[in-house]
Amino acid sequence: MKTETIHTKTEATKQTERICGSEAIIKCLIAEGVDILYGYPGGAIMPVYDELYKYQDQIHHVLTRHEQGAAHAAQGYARISGRVGVAIATSGPGATNLVTGIADAQIDSTPLVCITGQVPSHLLGSDAFQETDIVGISTPVTKWNHQVTKASEIPEVIAKAFYIARSGRPGPVLIDITKDAQFGELDFSYEKCTGVRSYIPVPQTDPNTLQAAADLINDAKKPMIVWGQGVILGEAEAELKAVIEKSGVPAAWTIMGASAIPTSHPLNIGMVGMHGNYAPNVKTNDCDVLVAIGMRFDDRVTGDLNTYAKQAKVIHFEIDPAEVNKNVKADVAVLGNSKDSLAALLPLLNKNSHESWLKEFKDLYDIEFEKVIKNDIHPTKEGLTMGEVLKEINKQSKGNAAIVSDVGQHQMIACRYSEFNITKSNITSGGLGTMGFALPAAMGAKMAEPNREVVAIIGDGGYQMNIQELGTIFQQKIPVKIVVLNNEFLGMVRQWQQLFFDKRYASTEMTNPDFVTIAKGYYIDGQRVTKREELADAVKTMIDSKDSYFLEVCVEKEDNVFPMIPSGASVSDIRLS
Amino acid sequence: MNEEIKTFTFSIYTENNIGLLNRISAIFQRRHINIESLTTSQSEIEGVNRFVIVVDITETQAKKIIGQFQKQVEVIRAYYHRDDETIYQESCMFKIKSDLLFDEPQIQNIIKESNARIVTVNKEFFVLEKSGRRFEIEELRQELNKFGIMQFVRSGRIAVTKEEMKVTEMLSAFNNQ
Repeated sequence: MKTETIHTKTEATKQTERICGSEAIIKCLIAEGVDILYGYPGGAIMPVYDELYKYQDQIHHVLTRHEQGAAHAAQGYARISGRVGVAIATSGPGATNLVTGIADAQIDSTPLVCITGQVPSHLLGSDAFQETDIVGISTPVTKWNHQVTKASEIPEVIAKAFYIARSGRPGPVLIDITKDAQFGELDFSYEKCTGVRSYIPVPQTDPNTLQAAADLINDAKKPMIVWGQGVILGEAEAELKAVIEKSGVPAAWTIMGASAIPTSHPLNIGMVGMHGNYAPNVKTNDCDVLVAIGMRFDDRVTGDLNTYAKQAKVIHFEIDPAEVNKNVKADVAVLGNSKDSLAALLPLLNKNSHESWLKEFKDLYDIEFEKVIKNDIHPTKEGLTMGEVLKEINKQSKGNAAIVSDVGQHQMIACRYSEFNITKSNITSGGLGTMGFALPAAMGAKMAEPNREVVAIIGDGGYQMNIQELGTIFQQKIPVKIVVLNNEFLGMVRQWQQLFFDKRYASTEMTNPDFVTIAKGYYIDGQRVTKREELADAVKTMIDSKDSYFLEVCVEKEDNVFPMIPSGASVSDIRLS
Repeated sequence: MNEEIKTFTFSIYTENNIGLLNRISAIFQRRHINIESLTTSQSEIEGVNRFVIVVDITETQAKKIIGQFQKQVEVIRAYYHRDDETIYQESCMFKIKSDLLFDEPQIQNIIKESNARIVTVNKEFFVLEKSGRRFEIEELRQELNKFGIMQFVRSGRIAVTKEEMKVTEMLSAFNNQ
């Protein structure tokens, strides 16, 4: 096949100047508004680093301690800000180390542009030093990727990369640039990409589907909304709130949708899914109309599809046509972005309230409170619980902190018990479940939004997967707060071993180092809490700290997260113990 | 749940870019679906490629896979069709010892009746080409196999659809925006 033809639309042409490819890369990034990028230098990307040195007053490069840290930091940056995160790495191992972060961004629809250096084009395919086929490797986990072998291609390809990463359903894009393309010269001008002929970022909304959706909602006796991250990515929080308040429909959220509507909102009925709240899971199989907004019916949300919401008419608001009817058949599918669709839906809705239906959720919440929540957040036993730590953080941060969680029990507890007043405040690895995500993601989030309180909540397992990023936090003086909930176990796996593998705790027990000493080794102040009476003061010290602070809380070793829908069971078979 | 497995022909109009074949085939690989045949060529539109891919799957799977194709940035449009909705052919070539043309007179009849075409003849071998449906090619192969085939090769399916595919309209709509 011939080399790339890019059928794109661009903004008006500017004057050109003769520069080399690596400088063009930096100029492209600056033109796209990139202020921070995360990365790690190496042979094949050195020309770009040389330009980063020259342009350091305009663009801030953060040297992470591992390329995976760079990818997750760029994700954290993107998730809290809605802007495109940028990570950069060298060829070979530098590039492959990005892959986990890229896969995470792909499944959680996070806009990223990753730039990798590549061996000179005449060495491609020769098994050269640090050569790897990163375009081949990253193909299944990128929204788009491309290899650049000529300096002249750089501006157009990078413009296209940013456009694709941020438009429609966002996602990661990888651009692999050979070293000779970085050294080569081009007549540089930059034009932002505004369209790609083969790509429809936002499908057209059929007004008939909006009316059909409104009719179903208006006629429903027991309607329920489940929203996902599509609301946050589409910046449709105000529109969703208006729809909920006008229609009086109780609304639940997926893990990725958390924080779009404040936790305290009277129609916010909690989280759906495997460790979600009791009421919205049970009521999924009782509602007459299920309105899914910007969510994709992940198996951790639906449990057994054969018994999922079979009684309900399903309305699916979705930007990605491939998600419609993928897992759950929609009676009405409203394509388009959530902001426009919900705004157009609002005038078609009747003002309504569903008091008795809402009370059914409250009654089930009371059961969950008695059997689970009370013990989680107001425990009477001796050992500390993860829930009470979260409660204390909520209290002292006044619900305004962005909570960056890792993966496992603490993540479920963080999502269940965090109180969110501000959108884009729940940053977690939802789809891929990447342990090691939180520490670098929190640091990226804090750098993107320095005025926000950012608290990383991490388990003792995941913390040690990217613990080296403490070095980045120290060097960059990133005032991110780090909480490790230490139960000396890979807790979620241990919970499954207890419930489904007759307590055979195969390789889940952790003999941990002295985490506080490690933090102090990086000159990050911190403390360990082992008793309930120390908790409030310790959290206060952490929140009040102007610098980064490390708090280890030793929690009960063998606590379980409930409610729980066992894998493959029906949402209505959710267990409270 | 036990939906019937049928043969479907996918027609995928794409940009002519490096790596797209990988992206397309990965969609099948990830779902553990075997590709029966795959052909890629220039389409009726200048600069636009067309993949023709044949797989045996359920219609539900076919629909979902179309969604995955269309989601790829460089895929312009993708369609799936049942066999009765397309006109399709395969092509094949046989390399056979030239002596047989003279020693086995039936071969000449077989060639005539099968509408196969002699591409070249030399002292050692001759080459036969035949286009048609799979069963016709298979019939011919079995006939010739009795006499010995030096080489046999068959192409993937190529197909045109009975219905119109509005790819040109879509592309001109982009240009006129």
